Amino acid sequence: MAQRITLLLLSLIYSSLAVAQLEIQVTRGIDNPTSIAIAPFAWDGLGTSPVDFAQIIDSDLARSGQFSPVSRRDMLSLPTSKEDIFYRDWRAIATRYLVIGRVSKGTQLRVDFALHDVERGIELFSGQVVGSESEARMVAHGVADAIYEKLTGIPGAFATRLIYVSVTRNPDGKDFYRLTVADADGRRPIVLLEGRDPILAPSWSPDGREVAYVSFESSRPAIYRQVLATGEREQLTNFQGLNNSPVWSPDGRSMALVLSKDGSPDIYLLDLETKALTRLTRHYAIDTEPTWMPDGKSLLFTSDRGGRPQIYRYELATGKIERVTFEGRYNARARVAEDGRNVALVHQRDGRFHIAVFDLVTERLTVLTETSLDESPSIAPNGSLVIYATKRGERSVLGAVAVDGGVKFSLPARSGSVQEPAWSPMLTKQ
Amino acid sequence: MTTKNTLGKAAAVVLMAALVSACSSNAAKEEAAAQAAAEQAAAEQAAAAEAAEQRAKEKEKAMQMAEKREEKRRLMDAASAAGSVFYFDYDSSSLSDDARAAIDAHVALMMADSGNVRLEGHTDERGTREYNLALGERRANAVRDYMVASGVPAYRIETISYGEENPVAYGSGESNWMKNRRVEIK
Repeated sequence: MAQRITLLLLSLIYSSLAVAQLEIQVTRGIDNPTSIAIAPFAWDGLGTSPVDFAQIIDSDLARSGQFSPVSRRDMLSLPTSKEDIFYRDWRAIATRYLVIGRVSKGTQLRVDFALHDVERGIELFSGQVVGSESEARMVAHGVADAIYEKLTGIPGAFATRLIYVSVTRNPDGKDFYRLTVADADGRRPIVLLEGRDPILAPSWSPDGREVAYVSFESSRPAIYRQVLATGEREQLTNFQGLNNSPVWSPDGRSMALVLSKDGSPDIYLLDLETKALTRLTRHYAIDTEPTWMPDGKSLLFTSDRGGRPQIYRYELATGKIERVTFEGRYNARARVAEDGRNVALVHQRDGRFHIAVFDLVTERLTVLTETSLDESPSIAPNGSLVIYATKRGERSVLGAVAVDGGVKFSLPARSGSVQEPAWSPMLTKQ
Repeated sequence: MTTKNTLGKAAAVVLMAALVSACSSNAAKEEAAAQAAAEQAAAEQAAAAEAAEQRAKEKEKAMQMAEKREEKRRLMDAASAAGSVFYFDYDSSSLSDDARAAIDAHVALMMADSGNVRLEGHTDERGTREYNLALGERRANAVRDYMVASGVPAYRIETISYGEENPVAYGSGESNWMKNRRVEIK
């Protein structure tokens, strides 16, 4: 069974700025991670391979917390084709699975790889990932995605990106903001916008080509959209009062956002083509933090119309509003997984703010984190992990936790704060 | 010839008339001069009185201005003594008595002045950033509404919320948080 994966990404324009990179540290994995060996890939091309494909795949699988990769030093042989494999070499070092691969370069990079079950001595699966040479790391992540999916039944989300806001303090004591996009492993950070004025609430377009955010650069908040590949951007709103929380609809045609131009903060819908603005909620309380259900038929949002912030649902066809969360005094900033069932949110318990998952079907709320100032949860497009921001001393750092609570890791920056992470949608096509 | 004679007579008549008129004109001139002198004296007197009055008025005006300046300085001192930052309780946009007293000082100054103000709402770091933006706005609006109720025209007040961005005290704990839950008047 062969599978072909194509990277949809356009190459980003790389900034020459030296940007602090996130380092990912797994703080807790599962109890018995599966042993897997990624043998170094063969390179069929002039010169040397642009990246160490096997090493990138190895790191991805290790970062999931579910796999324990075999060190290259322990490998008794380094097969690059089926004929070279001696299963006993791998059984001897207690390897459960083996991945081999070959990279060739034509107009694009092509990686042919195969996954072997060492215990049973058979090839389980072979596949191919194609992409441009400048996206070599993403091609490697695409291989990791395919292997992860074959072994766990869940599509991998390694060939994805993160957007986040980093804040450093200038010598004059003033904060300096940078809107940054990086690969999901924290590598290749690129600054999209920087300045002394706050940048907030970044979010992705459903095709992964654009981002929207709030910037105070005009000394007042305004919502912008920006194309990643070209840097081209457009101001969408600049009303009196709040201009906040832009989130693209799943079909990409409109954006839900928050404005307070008519009094108190309410949810509005902006048609991105006609620029027509429709007011969805109308209440003197705070209505904010909209997020789309994956079917695009309803929105979840935060409102304190009941006295304290809780999650509500707005149905677009009828305008009907119903309260969703009841447990605890504070539930806010919901993000819905692709399955339309798991909702990551900020939940207050005993005066501490944690990341929790609320199951829309069973209505059960599960707290995932133990830290006390957690915010801005964003769910990986495969639904497996929640990335969020938390405080470590005076700094804000990113953390990630499995939706089932099993695996945890942190993504500290070398300096400054990192906040408001938003995980991209899937960027590959099978 | 006849014509010449007639002309000579006419000339004599004109000359006579001129002499008579010269006599009566001298008398009128004297009379006018006296009148003018009297008028001038009166005018001078009036001008002096007016000048005195003007001086008095100016003095009064200067005193009023000084008083106004003094009053404004007093209002400015009071406003500055009241401080330009008003603090709030956790998750609350209610104005404390201290905040009201401080805002009153700024209102008094604004009523004596024509300047505009900008109210910047802030929150502490707890809770979500986007909800905190709304909470910061609610705080700024609470100050604005109180000022408007006290007589300041709404168009002279601009409000903006920074939520939990731009803290004045970094770090966690109530000692920092209480400094960040604020509205700043600028």
